[in-house]
Amino acid sequence: MSTAARLRVNGAEREASVSPEIRLIDVLRDQLGLTGTKEGCSVGVCGACSVLMDGALVSSCLVPSVLATGAEVTTIEGLSGQTLTPLQEAFITEGGFQCGICTPGQIVAASALLAERPRPTESEIREFMMGNLCRCTGYQGIVRAIMKAAP
Amino acid sequence: MNVSYHEPATWQEAHALLERHGDDATVLAGGTAFTLLLRQGLIRPGHVVALRRIAGASAIDADAHGGVSIGALATHTAVQRSDRITAAWPELADAVAKVATVRVRNQATLGGSVAHADPASDAPVMLCALAAQVVVTTADAGSRRVPIEELFVDTFTTTLGPAELIRSIEIPARPAGAAAVYRKYTLRSADDYACVSVGALADLGGGVFGGLRLFLGGVGPTPMRARSVERALAGTRVDARAIADAAALARDDVDPQSDTRGSAAYKREMARVWTERALRALAGMPIS
Repeated sequence: MSTAARLRVNGAEREASVSPEIRLIDVLRDQLGLTGTKEGCSVGVCGACSVLMDGALVSSCLVPSVLATGAEVTTIEGLSGQTLTPLQEAFITEGGFQCGICTPGQIVAASALLAERPRPTESEIREFMMGNLCRCTGYQGIVRAIMKAAP
Repeated sequence: MNVSYHEPATWQEAHALLERHGDDATVLAGGTAFTLLLRQGLIRPGHVVALRRIAGASAIDADAHGGVSIGALATHTAVQRSDRITAAWPELADAVAKVATVRVRNQATLGGSVAHADPASDAPVMLCALAAQVVVTTADAGSRRVPIEELFVDTFTTTLGPAELIRSIEIPARPAGAAAVYRKYTLRSADDYACVSVGALADLGGGVFGGLRLFLGGVGPTPMRARSVERALAGTRVDARAIADAAALARDDVDPQSDTRGSAAYKREMARVWTERALRALAGMPIS
């Protein structure tokens, strides 16, 4: 059975219904209306559902919602305010996306990388971003965008 | 489904819950395998016992014998980044860094990986090579220390009783002159499970193989110990011919299944190739 719980999402306290079989992505999309997080493979491989839990990058399709209580969850909606971040701008100017389905996950993952390593090398970018699949760009634009956003 | 969720604050409470609910209870650590198994209908627990509130369950400390004790709930990322582990056993950090993607490593725990007993997982293979001991606790507050290779009995199957829990994994102090290595061969993408992986530990003092422990992942129902390879090299001088001859024996030390990562015959051959590469790497030789 699900229970009412308080989650911290994008800096705000939110009420949600959690249980071991409700995944974090279901809470985000279906209960909180945060549809920026996309569901791709549903098995933790593609990276479309990437979010941060206490700053650590995770697949929200693999996280039982009960384990998100007490954590600070950050989704794509929580990364920028009224204006785009330099990283988001760079994804536009460098051609880091085409169809866009993987883009929220790419941006969240790249934010996690830059938070941890503000000036990553190209090989560090490729290594860290390896699990965020993109079927349009051929990845070059994504790598360039992250390089550009790194100060 | 009607699942009751529990977050015990102590190991004793966790054991009590598992005793009370028996086979109807499932333990939840990081949740990666749990979520996949649940969604595939392979587990249908009435009770889920999450361990995350238990104090100290993810600590990585020096143990009483000069080795390292890794709390069952330490994530792969925590193991990978632990100063204690990168100082004593950087080869374990290397093996753990080869698990899937950063997202999985941030969530999946070392104890969860061992309890899940997927024979293609990376950490269990290397932990076997390093002669790790698993500290298993029981409901009556007793505990047993199990050489990790004895814990694995079949695919996804361990000797853990229904009310038993893995509390920590202990890796012995690094002997002087020890060399260790982990090699992983993936067919499709770097984040895949291994087609074949090899973990090895040896003392190469005096240019002779001593104390070799060599395990292979992905090529049998458990991490497979290459006993014939170990025997062939015991006391043998380290040279390329001896390594190649011994590695050929790995083909019959494994018991692979044909699947999307290759036919059984192919995996036997790759077991030979990657055993040779791992042994050459141990000896500081180039690939071939």
